[in-house]
Amino acid sequence: MTGFELRLRITGAERQADDIRSLRLRADGGGLLPGYTPGSHLVLDCAGRRNAYSLTGPAVAPEEYHVSVLLRRSGNGGSAHLHGLDVGSVIRSSPPRGAFPPVAVARHHLFVAGGIGITPMLAHVREARRWDRSFTLVYAYRRGRGAHLAELRALCGDRLSEPRGRAETTALLGDALSSQPLGTHLYLCGPASLVDSVTAAAAAAGWPPQRVHTERFSAADHAPGKPFTATIAGSGETVAVGGDESLLGALRRAGHSVPSGCEQGVCGECRIGVLAGRPQHRDHYLSPAERASGEAVMSCVSRAGDEGLVLDL
Amino acid sequence: MTLSRFPFPLTSDRFRYRTNVEPARTFVVTETGGWGATVFDIGDTDGGYAAALAERERILSADPSRCVRPPHMRAAAWDTLLTVLGQLAVEFPRHMRLDRDGTAYRWHNALLRVTQEFELGDETSLPCDPLRFAASQVQDDLVLLDQREDTLWVDAGVVTFAAGWSLGFDAGMRFGEVHGPVPRLHEEGVVDRSERFLLRLRAGEDFRRTNWSMTVGRRLDTSTENLPHWKPDWLGIATDELLPRRLHLRVEVQHLIRLSTSGAILFTIRTHLASLADIGEIPAWRRRLAAVLADLPPDVAEYKGLTECLPAALRWLRSMP
Repeated sequence: MTGFELRLRITGAERQADDIRSLRLRADGGGLLPGYTPGSHLVLDCAGRRNAYSLTGPAVAPEEYHVSVLLRRSGNGGSAHLHGLDVGSVIRSSPPRGAFPPVAVARHHLFVAGGIGITPMLAHVREARRWDRSFTLVYAYRRGRGAHLAELRALCGDRLSEPRGRAETTALLGDALSSQPLGTHLYLCGPASLVDSVTAAAAAAGWPPQRVHTERFSAADHAPGKPFTATIAGSGETVAVGGDESLLGALRRAGHSVPSGCEQGVCGECRIGVLAGRPQHRDHYLSPAERASGEAVMSCVSRAGDEGLVLDL
Repeated sequence: MTLSRFPFPLTSDRFRYRTNVEPARTFVVTETGGWGATVFDIGDTDGGYAAALAERERILSADPSRCVRPPHMRAAAWDTLLTVLGQLAVEFPRHMRLDRDGTAYRWHNALLRVTQEFELGDETSLPCDPLRFAASQVQDDLVLLDQREDTLWVDAGVVTFAAGWSLGFDAGMRFGEVHGPVPRLHEEGVVDRSERFLLRLRAGEDFRRTNWSMTVGRRLDTSTENLPHWKPDWLGIATDELLPRRLHLRVEVQHLIRLSTSGAILFTIRTHLASLADIGEIPAWRRRLAAVLADLPPDVAEYKGLTECLPAALRWLRSMP
């Protein structure tokens, strides 16, 4: 299984900024597309690469999907592929996947985005408007590099702040984090430096971790690790996992069929039960309790130490 | 009544609570026919469907607390409406259709002679809350679970045909708390496993399970609220020679559906009743039910309210040739 269950046709494309291309996608052959929770993404098949892109359009019974692709010249080539596709091309895609939804009971939603991290927030503010949810959006971007600005200003009106430069951003966020109504939830997406600094500032200001939500689908830890051995419980076979490959990759190389989706530790598709050994979790999918129990591992990103793992396969 | 689509729930001679979920829309062949190809079962279109929905409307009018819809479940209520109507239109195209132009919808249900136009997100375009409107088109009770803090919360629903529980009482509780009274469930890890399964449930991957109990008479509303009306039915049932006609196997087909845009879980409960006399007509079912009742642990029998009638029911089932 590849996880690419949708075939989407590019029905429109436009430039948001020099290096950002927005695509409109419809179901190839017509038909309805699945709705999604705000903050969801698609994993697109970019000529063999799998890249995740946040959905920016209407989320309820959508007639088309919208994504915005930042060209990463030093990336894996996936974004360049999407920038080069003509209108009319067909792309394979996962269904929408989400781990960044709005919390229904929140008294107020504070969205903070940096750079291309604005994309999931577009769907968030669109649905917040639809359902009359109380929200504010802080969008920090480098001069001349903002995306979707006209649309955001129209959607948000005076609920949008666009701080200029690091000092102004820091000051504005400092104020915002210390002046929200009780019951506010904070949603963060953007460069790791912004997400980390705002998370730290929120913790310092007394925000409970359950009220701080981050989207970092590109940030799962792919750093190479140490080699370890996986044992297949069913057959007793051992599979050597090299330091520069994933557990998922090693299992597939050994002929085992393991489903996968995002391969970035987000979607949960490649979960494998663990019978013995202690996983080194590198995903963003398992809950803290599930991590602590050690009963499952997300094989696309997570690894193990010298003692290895016994897998429920 | 015809039993051709009755979802006989007992698949072995021994019943224990477990996480008995399977993919939705899987047809199950039974001794009488089969069931389960669709999510919704409107039954025979000769009036049972309309009668059950008239009964629901009567209950809701008399006791509006059977519908729980707090403000934070507004998006989930609309999600439920589009999901239920959309599914009905797909499964029963001869009788129902949902047309759409952008955010304007038109629903037509020939069986109930209902035509309703509405605007997505505009409550004033419907005669009632969208969740209640959805419940006026399917016999299933509808329960909505919100997911937050890695937990499921029973936060909304329309439940008129509860088997010994009360949505008004359970509303706002955690998934684990709602299952507190069920014997053995927590101890055996069934609640935790079920909740972990549900927390990961994805839109488009619908599941279902069955549950069963017994009811005296063809009574759908055996809720806690209605207990003064149905409890007396049980008095003397164990010695009533009409027991096989009066005592019914009550089967719930429950669906678990992740709503795509609100992220809530829609839990549907469709109740089917068949009298012991009806069950007795099918030898395999009669033998299976007798075996299960004979083996039922006392705490489970007590929870299902069967302690007093169980020996008499068992005697009757075994008396058949």
